[in-house]
Amino acid sequence: MTTEPTTTVGIRDGYAEKYGFHDDEQHVFKSKMGLTPEIVAQISDMKGEPKWMRDYRLKALEIFEKKPMPTWGGNVGEIDFKNIYYYVKPTSQETKSWDDVPADMKRTFDKLGIPEAEQKFLSGVGAQYDSEVVYHKIKESLEKQGVIFLSCDHGLKEHEELFKQYFGTVIPSSDNKFAALNSAVWSGGSFIYVPKGVKVDVPLQAYFRINTKDMGQFERTLIIVDEGAYVHYVEGCTAPVYSSDSLHSAVVEIIVKAGGRCRYTTIQNWSNNVYNLVTKRALAYRDATMEWVDGNLGSKLTMKYPSVYMMEPGAHGEILSIAFAGRGQHQDAGGKVVHCAPHTTSKIISKSISKDGGRAGYRGLVKVQKGATDCRSNVNCDALLLDEASRSDTYPYMEIEEDRVSIGHEATVSKIGDEQLFYLMSRGISKDDAAAMIVSGFIEPIVKELPMEYAVEMNRLIQLQMEGSVG
Amino acid sequence: MSKTPELIVNDLRVAVEGKEILKGLSLQVAKGEIHALMGPNGSGKSTLANTLMGHPRYEVTGGEILFKGLSILEMEADERSRAGLFMAFQYPVAIPGLSVANFLRSALNARLVRPETNGSGTMPQKKGIAPREFRALLKGQMALLKMDESFATRYLNDGFSGGEKKRAEILQMALLKPEIAIMDETDSGLDIDALRVVSDGVNALAGPDLGVLVITHYQRILNYIKPHRVHVMVDGRISVSGGPELALELETRGYDWVRNGKEVTAP
Repeated sequence: MTTEPTTTVGIRDGYAEKYGFHDDEQHVFKSKMGLTPEIVAQISDMKGEPKWMRDYRLKALEIFEKKPMPTWGGNVGEIDFKNIYYYVKPTSQETKSWDDVPADMKRTFDKLGIPEAEQKFLSGVGAQYDSEVVYHKIKESLEKQGVIFLSCDHGLKEHEELFKQYFGTVIPSSDNKFAALNSAVWSGGSFIYVPKGVKVDVPLQAYFRINTKDMGQFERTLIIVDEGAYVHYVEGCTAPVYSSDSLHSAVVEIIVKAGGRCRYTTIQNWSNNVYNLVTKRALAYRDATMEWVDGNLGSKLTMKYPSVYMMEPGAHGEILSIAFAGRGQHQDAGGKVVHCAPHTTSKIISKSISKDGGRAGYRGLVKVQKGATDCRSNVNCDALLLDEASRSDTYPYMEIEEDRVSIGHEATVSKIGDEQLFYLMSRGISKDDAAAMIVSGFIEPIVKELPMEYAVEMNRLIQLQMEGSVG
Repeated sequence: MSKTPELIVNDLRVAVEGKEILKGLSLQVAKGEIHALMGPNGSGKSTLANTLMGHPRYEVTGGEILFKGLSILEMEADERSRAGLFMAFQYPVAIPGLSVANFLRSALNARLVRPETNGSGTMPQKKGIAPREFRALLKGQMALLKMDESFATRYLNDGFSGGEKKRAEILQMALLKPEIAIMDETDSGLDIDALRVVSDGVNALAGPDLGVLVITHYQRILNYIKPHRVHVMVDGRISVSGGPELALELETRGYDWVRNGKEVTAP
């Protein structure tokens, strides 16, 4: 049975009703609170993993414990690692039929529109509930072409060799504290392989739902796009509104081989009590294209900088980032492009919006390694402030080790103008609607890149964020 | 036939940041009439336009504005618009990312979708205009105004030329069908092309269902729009009113002639 949330009154009220509900807890297993080698080993054992993965996890835990907390970005000092459930297993096994998903969970995903979206405009869907994927399915026609779309756990089980070849190669456990944490306790997420020349025209989607209070969700995603192949992967997420904080810390590794193209779209809509600390990185080889479309609307604190390493000539990296911070939210978003080879190109467009004292910013890196001549990179970051109390930050880092390169950087900060509001209102549009239209217009250059259904969704979420915002 | 004018401004006093700009202005505009309001720079013409439309920066310190018999002083700009008032901006504001078509559809829907009440309670909400119906309507109006269809997909006033901005204002007016329209053309940033756009638009839309108040510094727009009445504003008040010939007289004799306090009687 779903119950209504009782906390955090006044903040994104519409959110509480639409997404912030939770089911009564019903899981088949819940680890003890806190993080120990025993718990990590237990997770691995329960999953029946090969020894190398069990060892990998335990090693990662050691790294996690040694690494200091980041002292930049947002305030992560309040995260209490001892008071988190690291593994909550919702069902005994994942299924390919919604009918086999427990009624409560099915109802939740229905409410979030996942089965409906699957029927209308997706090639495949994975639905994760707390620590495990409860539903996973791909269209048969794609399966026949050799496309693999599984939960990461099943990827390891069914395609161990392929999995092992790439897992942890893009983001090693030692990359940062939260990557180490994920490597120790990862569970769920997606494993995707698109064979040479296969183009998956209709997106694959994963949906991540946190239900249990005081839990951490650590999904792991590995995507391999083979030569000349194409895939568009979309992820969405929501969580109940709780008075205590939850932690979401994912690792996403992507390899795009010669001539391939991968687009990864995120619509992050966590409740305002979720720490969202995610590491996402892609390697793009000769003439390959990697595109991150990263929308951050929810969470208490997000620190996420999707990156593209351009490994061979002709590679192209693109990051389109939208960050919207309302009251009590801090979005430290952005992206990194690293030119490791000559004749590579990249583009970052960032749009951040802050209102009601929220803080949104762009943190980005453009790096050109020695020898990577004739690169071109363009960074464009715009910030829109909706009121005096809100804050916007821009941290554009550049590390350019070659002369023969073309690097462009532009940044603007603007306030939503009284004249713009008055102009729209003078045409009969209410103040709230006018403000929402101005914000939608502001992010339009990125939203227009989304498939229609997601563009609609994004605008709807922006409107939800905007409700009652202009005094 | 005599009737109550739709727009009645009585002894209006308006201050901006504490400074009084309108000092007891009175004016009446009825449907079917075209009025021209002329005046030198700084006389308060744009203040009047913005105040009528409800810009929050302009503080009404005295007097009243009645629209269709009701005071609109407490109404926000959007309510005034939905009630049937329109202002064509002197400098239309750009909204990057918002297409002309989306904007116009939202503006039309704002008129249609509001819940309405009658004596017995709330009536069901009216549906917004259907996309196909809207496209047809927009296409028709754009053809009338000789506008290219691609115009609808451009971002509102973003990178528009002076003439295009004016055309967009007229298009909005044509679609929203106000009862009283205020054309704030005070300053003469207008080239001949833009001037023609405005005047052709006004002439095309003018008729028994529309009253127009054209606000202008120069007489030249009145070569294209024939007003029924001309008012001259000096220092926050209307100092002279008269027929069309008043505009010509101003052109030859200059505003000093009015400033000096000469009275003219309307024929």
